[in-house]
Amino acid sequence: MKLTIEYYAQLRDEAGCGSEATETSCLNPAELFAELNARYSFSLKQAQLRVAINDSFAHWDSPLNEGDLVVFMPPMAGG
Amino acid sequence: MFALIDTQTDLIQLRDELTDHSAGGYVSFEGWVRDHNEGQQVLKLAYEAYPLLANKEGGKIVHEAMDKFEIIKAACVHRTGLLEIGELAVWVGVSSAHRDAAFSACRYIIDEIKVRVPIWKKEYYVSGDSGWVDCEECAKHGHVHSHGEHR
Repeated sequence: MKLTIEYYAQLRDEAGCGSEATETSCLNPAELFAELNARYSFSLKQAQLRVAINDSFAHWDSPLNEGDLVVFMPPMAGG
Repeated sequence: MFALIDTQTDLIQLRDELTDHSAGGYVSFEGWVRDHNEGQQVLKLAYEAYPLLANKEGGKIVHEAMDKFEIIKAACVHRTGLLEIGELAVWVGVSSAHRDAAFSACRYIIDEIKVRVPIWKKEYYVSGDSGWVDCEECAKHGHVHSHGEHR
């Protein structure tokens, strides 16, 4: 299936892009992050991140669907 | 009300929106850009947000405060973009009939904003280095710093 992935902060720096389209057979964000991590060797572990699907917080085992926007987020640092 | 803003704002106007005849007082918190962090001299910083989700989660936090505390109105704005030392980064304002609830709600909002709203901070140091800052809670839990360069 086709997904759009967005990265913020250090994840964007490490991926070298803020957004990309990808074709994947991953079933959930955990599998997707592992696949992307193999490509980019992110400095952050999955346990430190949050994930959103279609602009809402999601679980690492939430199902992915064709056309979803998946966003990986480093630890929040506002304020 | 929660909003991301990309320029300096009129604090008097924000405060005025919280006034109410049933309010006996108002508490606000201002977060400013300071010139140092973890032993480094900071020149300026940049805030980056995931706007759609930041607005959604920020709004949720303000609503939670309205439910949890006996307050009348509450609002929060957070800057994005490049900020200089001394500039306002975040503002929280709460009005209430009695002061206890306003202090508690203001504290609740700023504490939750810092750990739940998708906003990130990149510091630029006098040394020429720069680095993304991990949140306070994560640092407390002993997670590794994402960028070793400014440690």
